[in-house]
Amino acid sequence: MTKPRNYQTEAIIIKKTKLKEADRILTLYTPHLGKLQAVAKGVRRPRSKMAGHLELLTHSQISLARGRNLDIITGSQTIDSFLPLKTDLNLSSYALYVIELVNQFTVDDVENYPLFQLLLETLSHLCQQGDAELPLRYFELQLLNLTGYRPQLQKCVSCHSPLKAVTNSFCPHLGGVLCPGCAQHQPLSYPLSVNALKVLRWLQNNDYTTANRLKMDHQLSLKLEEITRGYLSYLLEREIKSASWLDTIRQSP
Amino acid sequence: MNQQSTPTTGAISQLILEFSRLPGIGPKSAQRLAYHLLQASEEQTKLLANAIRQVKQETRLCSVCFNVTDTDPCPICRNDQRDHSQICVVEQPQDILALEHTRSYYGLYHVLHGAISPTEGIGANDIKINQLLERLKDGSVTEVILATNTNLEGEQTAAYLNKLISPLDITITRLARGLPFGTELEYADDVTLTRAIEGRQPL
Repeated sequence: MTKPRNYQTEAIIIKKTKLKEADRILTLYTPHLGKLQAVAKGVRRPRSKMAGHLELLTHSQISLARGRNLDIITGSQTIDSFLPLKTDLNLSSYALYVIELVNQFTVDDVENYPLFQLLLETLSHLCQQGDAELPLRYFELQLLNLTGYRPQLQKCVSCHSPLKAVTNSFCPHLGGVLCPGCAQHQPLSYPLSVNALKVLRWLQNNDYTTANRLKMDHQLSLKLEEITRGYLSYLLEREIKSASWLDTIRQSP
Repeated sequence: MNQQSTPTTGAISQLILEFSRLPGIGPKSAQRLAYHLLQASEEQTKLLANAIRQVKQETRLCSVCFNVTDTDPCPICRNDQRDHSQICVVEQPQDILALEHTRSYYGLYHVLHGAISPTEGIGANDIKINQLLERLKDGSVTEVILATNTNLEGEQTAAYLNKLISPLDITITRLARGLPFGTELEYADDVTLTRAIEGRQPL
């Protein structure tokens, strides 16, 4: 699809890189154009009219002009600035983790409307504070659903027999759960308790409102984080940069 | 532009090449600068060459505040007239120039040389945060002014520093964030306006 000379779109800013003296290249996640890179001119000058509307983690209405290489941002207006994400250290770190994952799991110019919705929803839920762990786990599971990496949680990925209510294992490179018998031959897998499996299934198959009714203790949450992070970084074939920062702020007093 | 096609001697095309590596200098500007120097007096070119050599040889980081300096400690840290109980934390040395230009701050500085940026893998140990905490240990500092940028990275760095410094019984302040001088209200973004309203002051 060729884009018109001038066009407008909603977008969430998920990445920024400096360009020349005063410009930036922004990575936008949009509902109908997917991930998009565009140049914002002059936004690093203090008197830029657009700078405040084009900060990371901002949901904005953006006008663009088709450029030779990258498109040029000509105007922007904030829809939701997600203020709590910019003032609270923990929340902003969680949100950066979310946008890093979105950026890593998507390619340019491929529409994925449900993923845009998920991103928007997750950022709003983080703003409402409460428990920040649950929205993150929900986001991770749904992200995997929407990008084609939905883990198999119903039956053993090796022998295809239904899983029993015992401690099974999660195996990142087979993309699902192994029964205890098959797990013996797969040393690189995480033990998965009955409760952990139930929570993963619950998060995978429900919408956020239903999923949010879940109460999980901190221990279980940490366990699940380890598993999802292991799977995500296996798929990306690299460490998730902002995840190590999450660990840093969790450890600091 | 193709360097080969210009019928210039080795020295001048080398100079053009070096100039064009500088930020904001394209091939045409590089050419102009090079030919300008060719016509300038011997004296002038020597001054420039020396200045360039000195900037690398004699400039280092102040061991106290990490500002760039040619003496260690830097003139600001050595100055007894300044208020040694205040430290203003900035991201880069250029920020000190801007603050000094206002002539409204008389305390000391601390340059972090960057800001925390989790998505780029820049964490707390990659910038000079531990060195700042070290400076605060002896109890002579009573106020830390967080003057990091007002973008997401700067805010995050400030919030993290606040978390680390708050147990130390030191006043922590943040530069006011509101409307810049000389701008129009209608173009201000929500975050700025929210803060401008929160931080309003009686006239």
